[in-house]
Amino acid sequence: MSLRPFDEVVVEHGPVVLRVCRALLGSVDADDAWSETFLSALGAYPDLRADSDLRGWLVTIAHRKAIDQLRRSARTARPSGDVPDRASPARVPVPPDEALRSAVAALPPKQRAAVAYRYLADLSYADIAGLLACSQDAARRSAADGIAALRRTYPTGAAP
Amino acid sequence: MSPEVRDDPLSTDGEDDDVGAQVRAAFAETDDDPEIGARRRARLANRADDAGLLDVAWAVVASPIGRLLLAVTPAGLVRVAFEGEDHDAVLARLAAVLSPRILRSSTRTDPVARQLDEYFTGRRRHFDLPLDLRLARGFRRTVLHHLQDIAYGTTASYSAVAVAAGNPGAVRAVGSACSQNPIPLVVPCHRVVRADGALGQYLGGVEAKATLLALEAGAAARLGE
Repeated sequence: MSLRPFDEVVVEHGPVVLRVCRALLGSVDADDAWSETFLSALGAYPDLRADSDLRGWLVTIAHRKAIDQLRRSARTARPSGDVPDRASPARVPVPPDEALRSAVAALPPKQRAAVAYRYLADLSYADIAGLLACSQDAARRSAADGIAALRRTYPTGAAP
Repeated sequence: MSPEVRDDPLSTDGEDDDVGAQVRAAFAETDDDPEIGARRRARLANRADDAGLLDVAWAVVASPIGRLLLAVTPAGLVRVAFEGEDHDAVLARLAAVLSPRILRSSTRTDPVARQLDEYFTGRRRHFDLPLDLRLARGFRRTVLHHLQDIAYGTTASYSAVAVAAGNPGAVRAVGSACSQNPIPLVVPCHRVVRADGALGQYLGGVEAKATLLALEAGAAARLGE
């Protein structure tokens, strides 16, 4: 079995990696992190085993790229959270998806990452624990705490 | 609640499912626009090219004889595949034989597409493109070199090509070199016909071969030859 053409990998896994980058960095910086992730993956791809877990591998690279980007942002004193494209005038309701994205952006970093890897990348808690350098129990707890916080802060979450 | 969810990743964590699904939906919002996705992939391909990581760039173009897959390495045009060939299978084979660093990108294939368009509209008689003949070895590659000497609007027999390639007895080998030509159209294997005047085989189909020879004969006649 040999490796598939790389753009099949991009087509299949690109959307998941983009969602993860958006959750970790906000939509402004996500495109850059997405490109960096796939560029880095492309470089290493020929040496990959053909039966590798591509999604887990790509999310791991995205995780590292996001950390790099957050460090760069911190150095240049840019806000790292998700900034909505337009300020919402008072009384105009924020679109629910945007509100939820902002709520995810407002989570503590570890909860935000655990929620992204669990619910956007569908990684196992074992893999998430590896990425976050913690125990499986701690990874599960971070995801659960993140979801609990979203349930509290997400405005339409409690709607009937 | 069972902690082991690995084998069934979408059925997640019980009561957290609803919020998890909403998170999934919120971040999937703009994935559905194929144009934005295509632009993002094109940017990636350009950056990969700049970084020296794009070993094979490919595109599919329309032509009078069907959709053609064009694949280009940094060295030049390496593969032209007819519609009748399974393009996915062709790309999979390029990944195995050349490199899996393959991305769809028209930046490198555009010059090929332009010259093919000029050829099909009778405005081009000679391709001026760098070629990468890596997919043909030994005698087959020698044959491909000699095919390029057969002038536009003319034909040669398999045995004449065998003589030109320095091995008069290798008529069948010339036939197989033509049928396995990785760069048809540009390396004009369609100009090789049987000694009795019959068209002979063509990977793109005998009809396509007849179309190409008629196109060349007509264009050559209009140009006063």
